[in-house]
Amino acid sequence: MKHTFSVLLQNKPGVLSRVTGLFSGRGFNIESLCVAETLDPKVSCLTVVSRGDEAIIEQINKQLNKLIDVIKVSEINSKEYVEREMVLIRVKAEASTRAEVLRVVDIFRGKVVDVSAKSYAIELTGSDSKIQAVIDILRPIGIKEIVRTGTIAMARANKNK
Amino acid sequence: MGKISGSQAIVKCLQEEGVKTIFGYPGGAVLDLFDALMDSEITNVLVRHEQGAVHAADGFARVSGEVGVALLTSGPGATNGVTGIATAYMDSIPLVILTGQVPRALIGNDAFQEVDIVGITRPCTKHNYLVNNVDDLVPTLREAFHIARTGRPGPVLVDLPKDLVATKLLYPEKTPIHISSYQPNFNPHPVQVEKACHRILQAKRPVLYVGGGVISANASEELTTLAERLSIPVTMTLMGLGSYPGSHRLSMGMLGMHGTYTANMAVAECDLLIAVGARFDDRVTGKLSDFATKADIIHIDIDPTSISKNVKVDIPIVADCRNALTALNQWFVKEKSFNPTEQAEKLAPWFAVIAGWTAKHPLGYRDDNQVIKPQYVIETLHRLTEGKAIITTEVGQNQMWAAQFHKFDYPRHFVTSGGLGTMGFGLPAAIGAQMAFPERTVIDIAGDGSIQMNIQELATARQFKCPVKIAILNNGYLGMVRQWQELFYNKRYASTVMNVVPDFVELAKAYGAVGLRATTRAEVEPVIREALDTANVVIMDFRIEQEEGVYPMVPAGKATTEMLLV
Ligand SMILES: Cc1ncc(C[n+]2csc(CCOP(=O)(O)OP(=O)(O)O)c2C)c(N)n1
Ligand SMILES: [Mg+2]
Repeated sequence: MKHTFSVLLQNKPGVLSRVTGLFSGRGFNIESLCVAETLDPKVSCLTVVSRGDEAIIEQINKQLNKLIDVIKVSEINSKEYVEREMVLIRVKAEASTRAEVLRVVDIFRGKVVDVSAKSYAIELTGSDSKIQAVIDILRPIGIKEIVRTGTIAMARANKNK
Repeated sequence: MGKISGSQAIVKCLQEEGVKTIFGYPGGAVLDLFDALMDSEITNVLVRHEQGAVHAADGFARVSGEVGVALLTSGPGATNGVTGIATAYMDSIPLVILTGQVPRALIGNDAFQEVDIVGITRPCTKHNYLVNNVDDLVPTLREAFHIARTGRPGPVLVDLPKDLVATKLLYPEKTPIHISSYQPNFNPHPVQVEKACHRILQAKRPVLYVGGGVISANASEELTTLAERLSIPVTMTLMGLGSYPGSHRLSMGMLGMHGTYTANMAVAECDLLIAVGARFDDRVTGKLSDFATKADIIHIDIDPTSISKNVKVDIPIVADCRNALTALNQWFVKEKSFNPTEQAEKLAPWFAVIAGWTAKHPLGYRDDNQVIKPQYVIETLHRLTEGKAIITTEVGQNQMWAAQFHKFDYPRHFVTSGGLGTMGFGLPAAIGAQMAFPERTVIDIAGDGSIQMNIQELATARQFKCPVKIAILNNGYLGMVRQWQELFYNKRYASTVMNVVPDFVELAKAYGAVGLRATTRAEVEPVIREALDTANVVIMDFRIEQEEGVYPMVPAGKATTEMLLV
């Protein structure tokens, strides 16, 4: 099972390596990891996507909490949430394929952010599955380069409050 | 008050924390600190190797319950300490390790004796710091002590750049420590306590399985009260020995790989396993899928990560062991339907089964009237010290025989490297223990291999008047490894024969200590008596049966009921 953790950390040197060291040292895997400052510059927010059975996910949660610099761990998947990832894709765009590339960009509400004689660079955001769909469609046309940010996530507001 | 130097501030802070003894080794990066220490009441025990410093601080902490402090220089000084830090980390021992670091301007430049010790020790410390700002110096040290001693204890390292320690600062007032991201849960949840107690009342075949957490929480009394009021048999892990009196009728001894037949059978057959301050280590559980399969499990531990890590727990109680046990005890006092005598009667059939196991396969060995059996040495030590000595051990067969044949009746009397199994631990740990309790008898039960790993600390023991007694169970082998080779590698003794070993009696003399030797059973008792009567450091060289094995033994990966017996 894929799981997304949102982790609030003290924004101090070395904190990120405590988190990554925990994953590597205990054999947990990291599918993606994003980290940046929050509104409070003393605190950063890290989103990490991992995979494992229930017991492993429970251990990851507890082990993260055990780190002295970790303020809060939320397991996003247990709630209603939104997740987004951004991707930059450089795709072959020659006379015969340009129109099709543009159509795909349009359908998926992406943007062309760089143009050359033979390629377009496309910017796209969406859920993991949307990004995967775009990649699958563009692959036959010819993807030359791809850079993904990894997932960031946020729980939805509680509607009753 | 005016400004003082960083090093003076560190010394002041150590004193504020109640530190009187530290264990250290000097070098360029910590010159200032050692200089400032000279003007204080704090004794630095000058070890002969930094691994020894950390083990000694560790031994000090284990017997006293206080935070042990080690002070090491940068680079090789710090890396030499790493084995000691990892040892303390695995056994949850509160230490503060201060390391010198190159001046801030040089950090990252591969400067002379620079090493990223914070990076190196990240996975084997509870927490660590590189102090970057002089105003953070004292608060960081205070935090380090706080983190080391609270929650699940552990080593905390503070790396101190040389220039920072030389900087002047205003010593900050002591304020309560609050770390928002570090809030261990000390008090048990009443609902969980209630659930646990009801489950305990239903149990027909309960077992208490207790570990080092009971000792670090100083919860022996509460444990003993619970076990005795409820007539629950107790088995201890290696780290838990002494948390419940080993010679008491409810004690089944140690469980696990070299545990007693009774303890392992009882765990296999129990209908309720109450784990307290223990962590279901593989040396305890053997093959996981066969461990305590008939039991519901209650697990009390301060560290949530220990719960359901290896074995699924039915009733977790995250709390300080002492608070949790107190809560259970109070519950049974209040519970009208509970009566200790009826409870004992109810569990009588279970005790009959347990007694049957003990009668069938008691812990034992084949004694000999000529050749020295190591178990006999341990029993004699136990008898002649009335079980009151502090026993440290090295690692291997010596350690297991000590665990099996010395009945520990008091907590903080058995000092052994459990989690990491560090050879060379026993002698420096004994020195640390002796520094904490100068009046007590401290004995390192050693192997001929292990003792050579930190033998240089004999000089430390001599210099600081620590009259530790070292009992070498000299079998001429790296015996525990040899035993595995005997059993599982067709007796191919690859690199376990030690042909060249120093003459330990002469070696003792070379250090100004006393060396004694016993080669026959009859010589054992006189040698021990003489050692105990000697005010100096003593090495006892017991030439034991060379191929004696440690039994029972559960082969690695097997169920704990599949014991090889004597
Ligand atoms: C530092 C270290 N290196 C290697 C080992 C592996 N090891 C475990 S027991 C043992 C043999 C110890 O020999 P000795 O000290 O003579 O004790 P004996 O088993 O003979 O009593 C070894 C090599 C270890 N535990 N620690
Ligand atoms: Mg040996």
